[in-house]
Amino acid sequence: MADRYELHEPSWCPGCGNYMIRTALKMALEELNIKPHEVVIVSGIGQAAKMPHYISVNGFNGLHGRAIPPAIGIKMANKDLHVIVESGDGDTYGEGGNHFIHGIRRNIDIAHFVHNNQIYGLTKGQASPTTAMGQITTLQFDGVKVEPLNPLALALTMGAGFVARGFSGDIPHLVGLMKEAIKYKGYALVDILQPCVVWNRVNTFSWYKNRVYHLPESYDYTNKEEAMKKALEFGDRIPIGILYKVEKETYLDRFDFIKEGPPLVDVELNPLDAERLMEEFR
Amino acid sequence: MDYSILVGGAAGQGLDTLANILEKILKRCGFYVFTHRDYMSRVRGGHNFTQIRFSDKEVYSFKDQVDLILALNKESFILHKDRLKEDGIIISHEELEADNFIKLPLKEIKNKIKNPKVLNIVGMGAILKYFGLPLDIGKEVLESSFKKKYLEDNMLALLAGYDLIEAKYKLPTFKDKNIIISGNKALALGAIAAGCKFYCGYPMTPSTSILTYISSKANEMGIVVDQVEDEIAALNMALGASFAGVRAMTASSGGGFALMVEALSFAGILEVPVVIVNAQRVGPATGMATRTEQSDLRFVIHAGHGEFPRMVIALRDPEDAFYQTARAFNISDKYQMPVIILTDLYLADYSKTIKPFDFSSISIERYIDKEVGGRYKKYEITESGISRRIIPGKIEGQIVLGDSHEHDECGHITEDPDLRTKMVLKRMRKLEALEQEVEEPWLIGNEEAENLIVCWGSTYGAVKEAVDRLNEEGLSIGALVFGDIWPFPTNKLMKLGKRAKTIIDIEQNATGQLDSIIREKTPFGADYKILKFNGRPFSGDEVYSRLKSILG
Ligand SMILES: Cc1ncc(C[n+]2csc(CCOP(=O)(O)OP(=O)(O)O)c2C)c(N)n1
Ligand SMILES: [Mg+2]
Repeated sequence: MADRYELHEPSWCPGCGNYMIRTALKMALEELNIKPHEVVIVSGIGQAAKMPHYISVNGFNGLHGRAIPPAIGIKMANKDLHVIVESGDGDTYGEGGNHFIHGIRRNIDIAHFVHNNQIYGLTKGQASPTTAMGQITTLQFDGVKVEPLNPLALALTMGAGFVARGFSGDIPHLVGLMKEAIKYKGYALVDILQPCVVWNRVNTFSWYKNRVYHLPESYDYTNKEEAMKKALEFGDRIPIGILYKVEKETYLDRFDFIKEGPPLVDVELNPLDAERLMEEFR
Repeated sequence: MDYSILVGGAAGQGLDTLANILEKILKRCGFYVFTHRDYMSRVRGGHNFTQIRFSDKEVYSFKDQVDLILALNKESFILHKDRLKEDGIIISHEELEADNFIKLPLKEIKNKIKNPKVLNIVGMGAILKYFGLPLDIGKEVLESSFKKKYLEDNMLALLAGYDLIEAKYKLPTFKDKNIIISGNKALALGAIAAGCKFYCGYPMTPSTSILTYISSKANEMGIVVDQVEDEIAALNMALGASFAGVRAMTASSGGGFALMVEALSFAGILEVPVVIVNAQRVGPATGMATRTEQSDLRFVIHAGHGEFPRMVIALRDPEDAFYQTARAFNISDKYQMPVIILTDLYLADYSKTIKPFDFSSISIERYIDKEVGGRYKKYEITESGISRRIIPGKIEGQIVLGDSHEHDECGHITEDPDLRTKMVLKRMRKLEALEQEVEEPWLIGNEEAENLIVCWGSTYGAVKEAVDRLNEEGLSIGALVFGDIWPFPTNKLMKLGKRAKTIIDIEQNATGQLDSIIREKTPFGADYKILKFNGRPFSGDEVYSRLKSILG
């Protein structure tokens, strides 16, 4: 019985950053005292998106690029569930880009952990929306010819209330970010830098390790301009931590009957409740 | 007694308001009413018209000829004058060259009433007088239709119109026992009655009125309505909500349904219930946004990569729309399978008087387990193919894993060949019970008929009128009207098909899609096809004369 977080043997490559992300996730959930049946991990398709299979919680492993819509549906249906989206950079920013943008507009209470290895892992090394310009891949033989997408800057401009960056190689820090994101009331994006040991020979573990630094204690994460500066810092140095966090009204709060009532899933159904709607047709 | 009124004008001239009020007045007078709406895909201008038919007997279709035309612009007159009966009349404020013409004195009206928008209601007043209908009922309906600040002008307009002409008829009135409702509103009401608590969609004619209607009741009924970013989001989101335990529905037209197709296939392997409406319009692609067609039958039956079970229900009239939609949720829950409801623009928009819905006859059957012994397996292989369903988060120690890959009983990814085979068979086995449960088509006319018509969905009304007339004229004719259409019910067809000498397929598409299914599933096929795909619906008159030309 799933009363604790059992782990299942993954099919990830040895040395993959996904292992560390899973460890951090497990620790975050345990430290928050959330039981496996109280959380749903929603994912799309990709190596990252296999997460629901490797840790025993409720899982919804959907279609490539389509993790956010069902996550919204689940949260609206049962506000008591903790909803976490785990998916790759291709899944989230490429195939699912439209849902990413519009999901932010809703500000629904879900935590979104993007395993950003700057490459399409599962399909063997094609460029993702976050692969650097000029990078040679298994498909872009003479280098990527389009600008990379900056997910954190995009999230900030769309008005996301919680924007953070983590690194799979820094588990204690990542656990902290995940806990904050899960606790945050609203949409929380954590873009997690993750080396892909097979397909991305540029953004390796040491490439990230040599660049990431913790945002200082004195950093004011309520300052959007500062956050934007930090979001644009992606070169010799890459800041990790909570770039931006403010309180905002969530999507659920805008539905009085959900805010004040029981979770939708607990509402008793009775056809006779709708009978009075017929009056306008008399 | 059987009269038809045609009201024509440009978009923005208050045609809808007029039609909604007039049909209600006629209903309150105790008549059976049928309102057909014909409109263009534009916000202002163009030519729209509404045809309201009323009778002391039930009516199922619109008529080709009309008794009265209210022309709010010249074009309405030019386009429809040939449809006027010999003793019919035309009412308009325009200068028209017509015999039976009553001119609305626009200037005088404008002097009396400040609001120039009430011309339509002046016309309506004249219509009521023409048929000798009680002014009181007109006033009563106006009162409940307008906000206070507009009411006074509209009342004046009604009276002005009423005083304008002489009554030609003095029609009796009857006790009103009915409701009048459009196909889409009946469908939406069926969903609400069935306890649909999550509805998401992206606007697309002719499905938008479902979205709008449910949204208008959302707070009152505690329904989440989400206008999503696209139809891909719509079905994926509905699946999420349903996975978490609430009844969920989405609707679109063909183009939006096309965007849902990957998620439809997902619903098949996920085994989570969902109700999807495809309100058909003219295709391919954008086609004609405000025109009707029945060309997505094959599409919805086969849409989705891979093989998985589904049910397709075609709606036949507003009453059917209500009950079948409510039933769709039960079937979807029972089999944890997508149920697709097919309607079309004609039925979406036409309204008809029907018996009030019997809400107490609607049952809500969820098939959800509150406890499980041992470890829960979402995809447990069973004889029926149906696995137990629990709601995530509701049972301590139990988790639910839904998956779009092929999976094992617990929902984990598998590539095992034996397990794969077993899982395909498990899913497909659900069809065995469903096939026993599908409803046979409605029969109209003669069960022993020599001439058998086959049709489906919204052509029901026109076919019924034609078949009833031809039977009265002594022809041996019957019709099977399919509602449940996939899995395809064959029992009645097998029986009647054997007896029939001639089979005639009637559909609003160019290829005879129902006929092709009949050929696939039975030894029969149509000898004649009456097909129409110009974007306009069949009238009873048209079906009658096209049948006559075949049957002699
Ligand atoms: C509709 C659709 N298109 C394409 C694919 C193939 N596909 C699966 S995962 C993937 C990219 C995965 O990249 P990412 O999301 O970054 O995940 P990673 O494997 O790197 O963790 C692609 C292109 C698919 N499964 N579905
Ligand atoms: Mg990736």
